[in-house]
Amino acid sequence: MDFPVLSVITFTPIAAALLILLLPAQRKNEARAVALAAASFALILSFGVYFNYDQAAAGYQFIEKYNWLPALGISLHFGVDGMSTPLVLLTGVVMFTGVLISWGDDDKHVMAGIQDRPREFFAFLFILASGVFGVFVSLDLFMLFFFYEIAVFPMYLLIAIWGWIVTREYAAMKLTLYLFLGSVVSLVGVLVMYWVQYQNTGVLTFDMLEMEKAGFSQIFQNIWFLPVFLGFAVLGGIWPFHNWSPDGHVAAPTAVSMFHAGVLMKLGAFAALRVGIMLLPQGAQSWSWLIMTFAAIAVVYGAYIAFVQTDFKYMVGFSSVSHMGLVMLGFSTLNRQGLLGAGVQMFSHGVMTALFFAVVGMIYDRAHTREIPELGGMNKVMPFAAIGFIIGGLVSMGMPGFSGFIAEFPIFMGVWGRQWLVAVIAIISIIITAGYIMRNIGQVFFGNMPEKFEGHLTDVTVLDKIAITTLCLFMILIGLFPGFMVPLVQTGVENILRLLGGA
Amino acid sequence: MFTSTLFASILPEILILTIGLLVLVVEPFWKEEQRRNVGWLTAVGLLAAMVISLLFARPGEPISTLGGTVRFDWLGFFFKMLFMFAGAATALLLMDNEKVGHRGEAYLLLLASLLGMNLMASAADLVMLYLAIETTSIPLYILAGFMLADDKSTEAGFKYLLFGALTSTVMLYGFSLVFGFTGTTDLYQLADMLKAGNLELVTTFSVLALILVGIGFKVSIVPLHFWAPDVYEGSPTPVAGFLSTASKAAGFAVLTRLFIVAFPDLASSWTAVLAVLAAVTMTVGNLLALPQTNIKRLLAFSSVAHAGYVLIGVIALTQLGVASVVFYLAAYILTNLLAFGIVMAFSRVTGLEEITDYAGMSRRNPGLALMMLAAFLSLAGMPPFGGFVAKVVVFAAGVQAGYVWLVVIGIINSAIGVYYYLNVLKYVYLYRMPNQDEENHPVPLTRPYAIALVVLVFGVILIGTLFAPWFSWSDAAALNLF
Repeated sequence: MDFPVLSVITFTPIAAALLILLLPAQRKNEARAVALAAASFALILSFGVYFNYDQAAAGYQFIEKYNWLPALGISLHFGVDGMSTPLVLLTGVVMFTGVLISWGDDDKHVMAGIQDRPREFFAFLFILASGVFGVFVSLDLFMLFFFYEIAVFPMYLLIAIWGWIVTREYAAMKLTLYLFLGSVVSLVGVLVMYWVQYQNTGVLTFDMLEMEKAGFSQIFQNIWFLPVFLGFAVLGGIWPFHNWSPDGHVAAPTAVSMFHAGVLMKLGAFAALRVGIMLLPQGAQSWSWLIMTFAAIAVVYGAYIAFVQTDFKYMVGFSSVSHMGLVMLGFSTLNRQGLLGAGVQMFSHGVMTALFFAVVGMIYDRAHTREIPELGGMNKVMPFAAIGFIIGGLVSMGMPGFSGFIAEFPIFMGVWGRQWLVAVIAIISIIITAGYIMRNIGQVFFGNMPEKFEGHLTDVTVLDKIAITTLCLFMILIGLFPGFMVPLVQTGVENILRLLGGA
Repeated sequence: MFTSTLFASILPEILILTIGLLVLVVEPFWKEEQRRNVGWLTAVGLLAAMVISLLFARPGEPISTLGGTVRFDWLGFFFKMLFMFAGAATALLLMDNEKVGHRGEAYLLLLASLLGMNLMASAADLVMLYLAIETTSIPLYILAGFMLADDKSTEAGFKYLLFGALTSTVMLYGFSLVFGFTGTTDLYQLADMLKAGNLELVTTFSVLALILVGIGFKVSIVPLHFWAPDVYEGSPTPVAGFLSTASKAAGFAVLTRLFIVAFPDLASSWTAVLAVLAAVTMTVGNLLALPQTNIKRLLAFSSVAHAGYVLIGVIALTQLGVASVVFYLAAYILTNLLAFGIVMAFSRVTGLEEITDYAGMSRRNPGLALMMLAAFLSLAGMPPFGGFVAKVVVFAAGVQAGYVWLVVIGIINSAIGVYYYLNVLKYVYLYRMPNQDEENHPVPLTRPYAIALVVLVFGVILIGTLFAPWFSWSDAAALNLF
């Protein structure tokens, strides 16, 4: 393919961000329009990549390679495989729906969307989006880091400026420091890998396809796997380094929560997979028991904490920890079923949690409270949001017919193959999840509406409805027609299994 | 003997001197209110000098000229270009500082100190080196205390003078001992002489320590950093920016050349000392930056911390190490000049320098706030700004040389850095002014600021994204030492 589609996808958001910054500050609607146009463009292109990926050929496709700094072996090397293609699409979807949700309205009294300085908001959000796309498509470790850090720092500003006023400063700083420390710990590991592979092969390169052949010794892999994997996994919300994540989710404005839980956490999981497991496969085999333990704890503990939350957004935040735990659990199996499930779960959880946060945001913007006991009867005023949340809830519970089932079932199969006891423990989380999801649907959407809300609440906007519909479509599509995604992820899994030595 | 190589080797210095003389001649004929235009003259002159030097005075094979006192190589040349660029930017930033920039002497002093720095970068002889260091320092003492009516500025100038004079005396003593032991002052012969002299390790090591005092003062290594915060706080802001960038980089130019060329055989002993100093410098700099409330003091401690990061590259003792030092300094000079330029532009309008005074700045001047974002994120080492690549390269050099423990200390320090840099941005973007009506007061930029800051911001982004050419130059410079 001659058209450099991946670099266009990656750099579209940042170009749009610059364009938005050049607009005068009062031109709020123009800034929003540019944002929506760029997001739609990126979404269409990521659809293009998704459907044009040749599953029969598998491997890395849409390759682009430019020598960036030959002296140190740094190149701008882009390409996607079966694992990253769905994530590129996911980023496109979340970006598009995120813009719709934050459109804001300067005239009405509803505090929906972003009214204060939308220009800066969209600019920072899109810089973040560029970083996310960049990580998913980079095949060069240096560039992966470059984009990874680009994805981290706008988060601070987005949360601190537009976040929930009570905890935003604390949460934003906590999040940034956690993620920064995690990433630099990985960086040390990566630099060590870089020099050792130079000693082993005599080739100075950050190219991951080359580094796969570095032949790291077993001891080396055992030492460096943990720092590299866990450093990235911090962003994936792995227990016991998950603490930043619910705080960050809650403090962030709606679109940023969507991005954060929907895409950013996948970034951590994906980088941990690509750098940790794929470059240090023997290290992964030695330590998979520890990762499995952490992940299993995250799954059950996250679900349990979500169960006892009374704050709606904290509940969704901890459910993210639980579901990302499933992704890590899938990774830790290192077998076909587990990795396949983890790959699908990344996408499925991405759209599901984006939908959750979108709905929570819509309710909070109108009711000005997120305390579950204080809410009720939302179904009457915003039926559309209620339907969306219920579909998301079914996905979350792993109900057959929805994408959650397609993702979680193989993960549990994979875990059972490795260690049946862990599978039994982890499955408890499904029951807890069903418990808190059902309870919430009952209370928030169908309970009695408190008197203070009677007549004061308005329905969600048309843009919100478009966003909800888009997200729901994916969850149902994958649930009813797994062929949409599973064979694609399968090709990516085969590649990982090859690196793991055909396990 | 006046050959073309000889001429080329000191062409930048000749041009700087010419600009200085031009300033001297022109300034008295200009009216009082036109005198700030000397700044344009200086900046444009320096840029022209850079272009001329790049066209006609590029070094070829490394060679010693002027009787072995000046080394004509890429290392010196690249640093000279950096200094001259920093000088031009500083001249622009000085122009609208009324108490300093409206007098021609300020620019003359700046040029004189620039002349000294250029010679520092290329000095190949201890005598020349000492002369160059003094030529750099003395004008800076005066510039730091230029605002006579201001107590803090006077204190800054005096403090800088006392510290500088003391440390340079100690260094001079070290130089004299070197000469006494070896009978030569030529850096490129020292290594052989030291070997032939069969000196005891203790002797040479103590000599080295004496020399390190002088250079450590210039680059503000802990425990020789005490002057930095007070001097930066009191000096006119553009001068503080110049001190923290060009002057520090000149110190590093000397440090790398001196230690790698003249004392390679003692490497194992002095790298161990420098490694500890680097760790302490980073940590102390960053920890002391945490409680600062004055933005210039914060930047002072941050610049101490950055000296620690750069030392990692020096200690690596490899070509990549030196290249990373040069690259880091290039990125750091641009970034820190930008930061000080913004502080200057802001305090010129508001007269305020506390971090809390930056509240609501993003509403008063969104463009300036964005530049501040770029500067501080680059200092924190975030892409796509220069600081990120610079840090990765320095850390890579450290890991290559086996200093994983030092790099780990470095990354922990970077995280501390992220905390206080973001803290400043929090004021800029998040907090509002106590009286929200005041947010309607804009922070206008005059033309010299606008030009200087925009150029610097583009530079910071350019060096952080298209880093290949910059790194190739740094690498070429490093090659000359090995």
